[in-house]
Amino acid sequence: MKRLAQREPATFAVVLGLFALLLLFVALPLLRVLMASVVQDGGWTLETWRTMLTRHGALVPLWNSLRLAATVAVTGTVAGFAAAYTITMVAVPGRRAFRFVAMLPMLAPPFMIALAAIMLLGRNGVITRSVLEPLFGTGVEIYGFGGLVLVQTLTFFPLSMLLLLGTLAGMDPSLEEAAQAQGATPYRVFRDIVLPLAVPGLLSSMLLMFIESLADFGNPLILGGDFRVLSVAAFLRITGEFDTAGGAVLAILLLVPALTAFFVQRFYVQRTTFATVTGRPSALRRLHTGPGARTFAALSFVLLGSAVCLFYGAVLYGSFVQVWGVPGELTFGNYAGALRQAGGALTDSVVLAAIATPVTGIIGMGAAWVLTRRRFTGQGLLATLAMLTFAVPGTVVGIGYVLAFNSPPLQLTGTAAIIVLLFVFRSIPVSLEAGRNGIAQVDPAIEESSASLGATPLVTWRRVALPLAAPAVFAGLAHAFVRSITAVSAVIFVVSGQWNLVTVSILGFVENADLARAAALCVILVTIVSAVLAAMQFATSRMDARA
Amino acid sequence: MSLQLRSITKDFTAKGGLHRAVDALSLEIEAGTFCTLLGPSGCGKTTLLRIIAGFEEPTAGDVVHRGVSLAGVPPYRRGFPMVFQSYALFPHLSVLDNVSYGLRVRGVPAAERTARAEQALALLGLETLRDRHPAQLSGGQQQRVALARCLVLEPEIILLDEPLSNLDAGLRVGMRREIRSLQQRLGITAVYVTHDQEEALAVSDRIVVMNAGRIEQDGTPAEVYHAPRSAFVARFMGHVNVFPVKRSDAGAALLGQVYESRIPDAAWAVVRGDAVQRDPRGPHMGRVAETAFLGARLQHVLELEDGTRVTLDEPAHAAAPATAAGDVVRFSIDVARVHFMPGDP
Repeated sequence: MKRLAQREPATFAVVLGLFALLLLFVALPLLRVLMASVVQDGGWTLETWRTMLTRHGALVPLWNSLRLAATVAVTGTVAGFAAAYTITMVAVPGRRAFRFVAMLPMLAPPFMIALAAIMLLGRNGVITRSVLEPLFGTGVEIYGFGGLVLVQTLTFFPLSMLLLLGTLAGMDPSLEEAAQAQGATPYRVFRDIVLPLAVPGLLSSMLLMFIESLADFGNPLILGGDFRVLSVAAFLRITGEFDTAGGAVLAILLLVPALTAFFVQRFYVQRTTFATVTGRPSALRRLHTGPGARTFAALSFVLLGSAVCLFYGAVLYGSFVQVWGVPGELTFGNYAGALRQAGGALTDSVVLAAIATPVTGIIGMGAAWVLTRRRFTGQGLLATLAMLTFAVPGTVVGIGYVLAFNSPPLQLTGTAAIIVLLFVFRSIPVSLEAGRNGIAQVDPAIEESSASLGATPLVTWRRVALPLAAPAVFAGLAHAFVRSITAVSAVIFVVSGQWNLVTVSILGFVENADLARAAALCVILVTIVSAVLAAMQFATSRMDARA
Repeated sequence: MSLQLRSITKDFTAKGGLHRAVDALSLEIEAGTFCTLLGPSGCGKTTLLRIIAGFEEPTAGDVVHRGVSLAGVPPYRRGFPMVFQSYALFPHLSVLDNVSYGLRVRGVPAAERTARAEQALALLGLETLRDRHPAQLSGGQQQRVALARCLVLEPEIILLDEPLSNLDAGLRVGMRREIRSLQQRLGITAVYVTHDQEEALAVSDRIVVMNAGRIEQDGTPAEVYHAPRSAFVARFMGHVNVFPVKRSDAGAALLGQVYESRIPDAAWAVVRGDAVQRDPRGPHMGRVAETAFLGARLQHVLELEDGTRVTLDEPAHAAAPATAAGDVVRFSIDVARVHFMPGDP
């Protein structure tokens, strides 16, 4: 650090600034949650833990959360693998279209599937009324464990698919060919080669699904019913019972398994990844044409594709229906009504996310640059702090912000600033990863040549690294924006009468059983998100063309 | 006859239309032969090998093995193990498991499997590496494991796709000698793809020179080297002095010099570097454009008046006349050592 301070004062200042920001807005809120659970009236006590665990049965939501997360880890990964395998390996028509459809859930607020599930399978649901009741005399119970497994699987499998697409596409096709030339049937090639090589990816995916399911707040709030999970329990404890200390206990119970999964993923799974031992990658992959592979592909297409289309189609259709479940003319009335009631929240969401995005980009890009291109003490700590918000469930962060920024000198509750800060620091990992990818595309020799020609590190960064890394960074910014505008679990704790957010409004509509207006707002939100992504895509493709 | 290719054609749909990788190519490979498919990149040699292996279906034509057509037979039923350019070792399996994989999928009992795999490892001097994983091996060792993995199956035919191109120059020479001697000892038919003419000359019983999806020449290494049948083959085999023969009323001329009746009815002449001799009274004259010192020999590139470049090759010893760029050198050509060949000039 001392040497860095002398040699490159600008870089040193950046590192110090990053540490200060991350300690203040990532570490401090977490610390405050821990404190809240063990400090009462100025003294240390385990009283809150005792009452929460005994009298209020905090172990029940813990068990529920773990059970749900473990199940979704498996179902989400199975769905993600089926989708990724089909896209990379099998010759079936419509692979691009399928890929697009499978990505849809990533554009939507995370609880949109739950809304759709009620519209389709709830007591007044279309499928319940027109298929299940006539055929079986009764509907399915969508509220509870089973419904949540279905909804979370559909919501999160695209993440697993993306991860496994990387794993499968990175496999050298000549390995499969070598096995075939050795006499292995396609089934044996799959069993002996593809599957074992995918194991690190599959484990990663399961941990990712586990973390996402644990952190999910919107879906279990809507669909949980009597099946209460930790994120919802903590929220209700704080907003319903005004028991912050109890909420903090529940938040810590949620934090421990999430962090465990995160660190296992980072330090164990990543290390067991099979290094490619080949020289240069050989020919293009020949897609499977065998009947077994094709049947599998067709099945995953039909099951996943139609499920996604059905659920999102339901929301779209529902946004034009006057009263859900009652036949009638299609109308734009829901849109007008929704905007009348929640137009302010929508504007707030867009404006605040738009403010947060460039801030996220600058911090993430700066962190990415010092982390990849400089060596200093405390580097590991900085990287961990920056990635931490990815693993910490939003509920925990939200509670932490309420606790940490409720009194001077940092009294931020009720302001727009606290929402923006939450957006920024919840999205840092996305922006950091994008920055790293962007910088990885810049040969260090290019930067060194800039330095050898007399440019200071700051000039090198601005004139050389940033322009070259720009496409990847912009893609990261788009995702940061989407993540912010669709977020709910953390920000629900810090919204106020003055500054409200559209996701929170949608949850409100759902709670009031106003499904049509909720659907209309969802459609508007998805439209905004799609437009932003499309614009960003266009901009980056222009940049790529210029490079 | 072991393996027959009957007018194989392979078209790929590429951007902007059809690309013909292999064009009505026929070939018979006798059992026990080391047959090399040689040619520049894009000539169709790898595609042909992959058609034999069954990874590509030919657009037209037939691969026939022992009189039986292999049309529609998938790779895993053909029994032609293949060595890949990237070796394609299974990274999650130990060396022993890699080598015994083919036996395992054939249902060979575990004890026999291990015994045979160990035999194959011994054949390539890999006994001590049996429990390692591919990531812990050097390039040369990986290459041996890839070879052992094929040989353990005691195949009739083995396919090799540029197996040496990822090795260092030194290792390459030793390895190709070893591949050749194993092939001869075990009496296997080998179909070998390479773009390196020196490698092809060193290992093959037979060389098939390919160009643009067709066979340009097919013969023993000596035939292909000493008697190329076209300018393409001559240049590809490393000959630098390939000149057109010009005919006029005065007779057949080489580099503007009429050599009367000594030039047969031909279109092209291949003049080896040492057939070009420094000769103060020689009929040709050229200016030294560049000189390369190759240790034992000196190579001068002479530029003639019409711009033709001729390479003169002479022993490099201290007594050799000092030659600098720009010097004018007279030389003659020993027509008896020139190879003439037909073709379009």
